[in-house]
Amino acid sequence: MSEKKRLDLEYSQLDSDRMRLNVGPQHPSTHGVLRLEVEIDGEIVTEVIPHLGYLHRSFEKHCEKMTYPQIIPYIDRMDYISAMNNEWPYVMALEKMLDIKVPEKVEYIRVIVAELNRIANHQIAVATFGLDAGAFTPFLFFFRDREYIIWILEKLSGARLLYNYFRVGGLAGDTYPSFKEECLNVIEKVRKTNAEVMDLLIYNRIFIQRTANVGILTPEVAVNYACSGPVLRGSGLRYDLRKDEPYSIYDRFDFEVPVGKGEVGFVGDCWDRNIVRMQEMEQSCRIIEQALAQMPETGDVKANVPKRIKPPKGEVYMRTENPKGDLGFYIVSNGTDKPERLKARGTSFVNLSVIPEISKGYMFADLILILGSIDIVLGEVDR
Amino acid sequence: MLPNEIFEKLRSVYSDQIIELIENHPSDSFITVNASALFEICHSLRDEAFFMFDYLMSLTGMDLGENLGVVYHLYSMQLKHKIVIKAFVPKEQPKVPSVERIWRTADWHEREAYDLIGVNFEGHHNLIRILLPYDWEGYPLRKDYTAPEMYHGMKVS
Amino acid sequence: MGLLNKLDDPYDGGGIILGKVEELLNWGRSKSDWYLHFGLACCAIEFMAMNASHFDFMRFGTIPRTSPRQADFIMVTGTVTFKMADRIKVLYEQMAEPKYVISVGSCSNCGGPYWEHGYHVLKGVDKIIPVDVYIPGCPPRPEAFEEGMMKLQEKISHQAIFNKRKRLGIE
Repeated sequence: MSEKKRLDLEYSQLDSDRMRLNVGPQHPSTHGVLRLEVEIDGEIVTEVIPHLGYLHRSFEKHCEKMTYPQIIPYIDRMDYISAMNNEWPYVMALEKMLDIKVPEKVEYIRVIVAELNRIANHQIAVATFGLDAGAFTPFLFFFRDREYIIWILEKLSGARLLYNYFRVGGLAGDTYPSFKEECLNVIEKVRKTNAEVMDLLIYNRIFIQRTANVGILTPEVAVNYACSGPVLRGSGLRYDLRKDEPYSIYDRFDFEVPVGKGEVGFVGDCWDRNIVRMQEMEQSCRIIEQALAQMPETGDVKANVPKRIKPPKGEVYMRTENPKGDLGFYIVSNGTDKPERLKARGTSFVNLSVIPEISKGYMFADLILILGSIDIVLGEVDR
Repeated sequence: MLPNEIFEKLRSVYSDQIIELIENHPSDSFITVNASALFEICHSLRDEAFFMFDYLMSLTGMDLGENLGVVYHLYSMQLKHKIVIKAFVPKEQPKVPSVERIWRTADWHEREAYDLIGVNFEGHHNLIRILLPYDWEGYPLRKDYTAPEMYHGMKVS
Repeated sequence: MGLLNKLDDPYDGGGIILGKVEELLNWGRSKSDWYLHFGLACCAIEFMAMNASHFDFMRFGTIPRTSPRQADFIMVTGTVTFKMADRIKVLYEQMAEPKYVISVGSCSNCGGPYWEHGYHVLKGVDKIIPVDVYIPGCPPRPEAFEEGMMKLQEKISHQAIFNKRKRLGIE
């Protein structure tokens, strides 16, 4: 055998068309500090291995060292895009343990701020998804409107992003006089922009061709991976904790749970997950309108709570519908003012675990879209 | 289905593998089971027509001093009921059967419990650290954990 | 805009600038900084808002780069963990001289809320790379970002370019 021929033989034996690629941890499309180890065959993704922990901030260790009210700021920093929604299950869990009845007005304000924050979260989710798909204009539109929401929340709590507004048995402060008007103004703006973005992005032909039939998540897989929120509803399952086990006062409002219907492709593709987010914003607007109309004018914003919060011995698992899915807190109390164990069931942590399953067989560029459509926040994944 | 009904049903099949049911309002009631039979119990909890627990909400590892505990929060999408299952293992030999083959979501939860608490899940296909670096030593959420002085030449505390 | 103000100088009759080459170079450098955005945590969201329409970070002449090779300064926005620390060092070393670092937020300044029990949090990014400007806040407001950027521009515009070693008194 000549020299040339032997070389050819060796090359053919090499598995030369598989390549391992690192995406992240510092990459503009990973929405944070996620590292994906991707094996690609040409352009086709054959395997995805997520590596987490680049933002592991020892949340659960802090919880064991802090008193109950001191933990609330740390919970803000978990899912930092929707901080109001994060605090809710935690304070609700403690209220259940301490058997506190929250005043009527507090419930309404909580619903309003949580839904406002849900809109802000979905705006970021769709905006960054548009960025991933190559559309920059929706990003500017949404961030312009998100600023108006943030101004309201800032006037209430004093902070722009991490509010620390919920307290056990109440809120940090009452609303301000022009609160109602401003909320209604914001809703108007949100609706206007949403209509524009529907034209610009969601029903844009290029966008549909990019996202339809990409990253299909079937309902069976979604339930087995315990997905929740728009990821699960995008697959056609009507599962929303606000409807299924109405916590707080959600049973008083009339709203719908949008699900993916497979309008442009199969049910459960990236496009479906995004249309669910867009429709949820509209439903949140409806809830806010109803809550503003029903909200009592006067009332306390704090229940009678002991100064040192010491829940009795026991444990509670409380979950609420976060913008990203259901967020759960498992609190084990040992009777002192510090929890024995606090486990946060991060929504993004669970939703992200489905990535290796649904991204196989798609193009590498589609992987970025699939990741964007899951809408993760790494603060919650790594905690 | 209420927790005591689930407990009776499980008791009739697994007899003494199901240790006790603790109900203590306003706390959640939970069922303690023997760790060695956990896989079979979870399997029937998912597949039996009257349980149908197809949704594993959360899996928590706990340090209880002498023992390590694993807590499963289950929910049924069809029947809309929930239950909490607990299993305890000694700290020297923290071996718990993995339920990753029953609920795929348990994969990362178990890796996290292994990473932070040090529970050893038998039968897990890839039990490695998930949050901390792969060369980290110790299990940070154990009560007796002390952080190392240095990591890769950087001062820890 | 120190250099442009000289256009009003009555001695030159306008149109002529008298100044040092160094000042001209520094003026150019400080008004066109490309940055490597190292978004890590909450501060990165506030930085996204900073980049969007209301605040418009690009008015400072900054352009986001995703490669450290093309960046003049690096913005560390968020909590630096030990798993991440090695990567920051590598990225910083890949940047071309002259390079600057802005540390954004309490976490990357000093560990922030995680300074006490954070077993996996680096207590300040200045433990591994030299920091030029610290922006406080948790997270900092967009106005604070603007102030920090102005501080960096000020620092660049006073930098020595020629005879650096002599002026610093090294030789």
